[in-house]
Amino acid sequence: MLKIRNLHASINGKEILKGVNLTIQDGEIHAVMGTNGAGKSTLSNVIVGNPMYEVTQGEVTFNGQNLLNMKPDERANLGIFMSFQQPVEIPGVSMTNFMRAAVNARYKAQGREQLSAGEFLKLMREKRKIVELDTKLTSRSVNEGFSGGEKKRNEIFQMAMLEPEFCILDETDSGLDVDALRIVAEGFNKLRKPDTSAMVITHYVRLLDYLKPDVVSVMIDGRIVKSGDASLAEKIEKTGFDWIKEEVGL
Amino acid sequence: MEDIARDIVNKDYEYGFTTDVETDVIDKGLSEDVVRLISKKKGEPEWLLEFRLQAYRYWAEQKQPEWGHLNMPVIDYQDISYYADPTKKSKSEDSKEIDPELMKTFDKLGIPLEERMALAGTAVDAVMDSVSVKTTFRDKLKEMGIIFMSISEAVREHPDLVREYLGSVVPYRDNYFAALNSAVFSDGSFVYIPKGVRCPMELSTYFRINARGTGQFERTLIVCDDDGYVSYLEGCTAPMRDENQLHAAIVEIVVKENAEVKYSTVQNWYPGDKNGKGGVLNLVTKRGHLRGANSRLSWTQVETGSAITWKYPSCVLSGDNSQAEFYSVAVTNNFQQADTGTKMIHIGRNTKSTIISKGISAGRSQNSYRGLVKVAPTAQGARNYSSCDSLLLGSKCGAHTFPYMDVKNSSAIVEHEATTSKISEEQLFYCQQRGINTEDAVSLIVNGYAKDVINKLPMEFAVEAQKLLGVSLEGSIG
Repeated sequence: MLKIRNLHASINGKEILKGVNLTIQDGEIHAVMGTNGAGKSTLSNVIVGNPMYEVTQGEVTFNGQNLLNMKPDERANLGIFMSFQQPVEIPGVSMTNFMRAAVNARYKAQGREQLSAGEFLKLMREKRKIVELDTKLTSRSVNEGFSGGEKKRNEIFQMAMLEPEFCILDETDSGLDVDALRIVAEGFNKLRKPDTSAMVITHYVRLLDYLKPDVVSVMIDGRIVKSGDASLAEKIEKTGFDWIKEEVGL
Repeated sequence: MEDIARDIVNKDYEYGFTTDVETDVIDKGLSEDVVRLISKKKGEPEWLLEFRLQAYRYWAEQKQPEWGHLNMPVIDYQDISYYADPTKKSKSEDSKEIDPELMKTFDKLGIPLEERMALAGTAVDAVMDSVSVKTTFRDKLKEMGIIFMSISEAVREHPDLVREYLGSVVPYRDNYFAALNSAVFSDGSFVYIPKGVRCPMELSTYFRINARGTGQFERTLIVCDDDGYVSYLEGCTAPMRDENQLHAAIVEIVVKENAEVKYSTVQNWYPGDKNGKGGVLNLVTKRGHLRGANSRLSWTQVETGSAITWKYPSCVLSGDNSQAEFYSVAVTNNFQQADTGTKMIHIGRNTKSTIISKGISAGRSQNSYRGLVKVAPTAQGARNYSSCDSLLLGSKCGAHTFPYMDVKNSSAIVEHEATTSKISEEQLFYCQQRGINTEDAVSLIVNGYAKDVINKLPMEFAVEAQKLLGVSLEGSIG
């Protein structure tokens, strides 16, 4: 269970999160929607410990453990995964070597025996198929020369390899055409175990049609101002955010 | 980023121990008498003494050059001992009489001198301070006509060969440090590959500085006759000392018709401490002469050690259609300085050279690539491709590129590419988000960057080099 209490965070001295409260239960798919600049991506990055952001107040716990004093890799090895909005390229480092290092680190944290080279490559093959990722992409350098859609698919492929307990999909649908969106969303659903939880950041209901969120929360100006069930997303799609702003007096 | 830097535990130089062994060290200082003493201790013939004396007289007239992009400490040449022999007690060639302490030292360094324990397929010549301690697999190689022994022994056993080639590629007048080495060189390896013989194993020399206040001046001479082949590797370490230690070596390689030599270096001399105190001054002249048509020579170097590295492994491409390659990874961290690169001198027709240089700078270090591509009027159809990349870790280090081109034949094609990049916070964070800790992430990225060069090393050494890159850069992000 992820629990966020009164979280304040800033970047370059500018406060973006102004007291976020949010709880995501095991197995819950929790969509976070909101206007541009509301702080959705900041929230994602603060949870996974991006050093660009400074937390000034509040707490974030995962299964009772305080995340805020952990390094990003320690958080990741608890089973927290973020699908990046803009995955970075790492020239010279093959996807295979990169994934090997990541899977080894995850297995080590779980106290599992490391995979042999053969077992590892077999796992790569299996997981690649789920997101229909081209073979040639896994032999390339990390994200180098990948199209926007391939990068997003590659993020879900990495998720498949690492089998996280809590996933953050940070605008994974942006830049995807309808087919790619379906592949990514169906891939996610196939990979998901019953107790896997997720925070899904999106502007569109398209993705939510596939992912079927249990809870939809609305973020405006650095706070979660309203939560509801999946019907809230549909209402926002039709009528926008203005009525919510009015309702909460912003 | 600064926080990450503080979090990382710095790993100390692993090979910084000293060996407690009785060593015959001559008094400090350099003069004609000292040169005569060295020659006498080694029981050398008159011609070699004469060679040394000429070199000494030339050196004494010269001034130490200052053109490197380096902040060199003043070297007091009279405060160095020019000969140290750790094998004092056992003058015999028989391995049973090697001081067990010496054997332990090389074991500790991972260089087993017992043949049954040696790395499969690698023959080793181990040189400590001024003297070759032991050469393995000699008899097996001898059956094929291959000569692999210390250069001191070669002077005794194959004087004609040594006399013919010594100084033929790097004459003592070549430069200040070459003159110094020619005057006082102590030991090193000699390799001769006869016509048509492919050497079946890697030949390797392992250099170790042990004694205090001594310099190391080894001399390596490799001659590969027509249609021959050899792959050669050198490795280097030294104890941690507060003072700078001088290392001024010469490597000469002669490659004849259709012959091929691969020369690989993994240099890990003591780099000095984190504040820039101590460390080896690595001032080396390495050159190969591609004498025969269709000859090939490649230099591959992974340079992670030394306080100062100043060297340009070079190729003179005389033979028509000869091909030369230079692959280099030079890592500098803390206060290390490197000014390194290569010279490719095209003389023969249709000669081809390739230069791939990867500089990695961290801490407050300065890393320079300096390279010369020279095409003589005779070198019809010569081609060169150079690619020089620099990777910066942190904001307090420097990377510099000094390419020189001197093309005197209009049919030549000379290409030069250079890039400078940084490991970004985004790249590190991306790795960390996948559970990879900072150190492993840096090692992964750096090895990816350097893999074109690492892949050129013989396999066992490629693995070592990969580890070395990771260790050398530990604590470097900040």
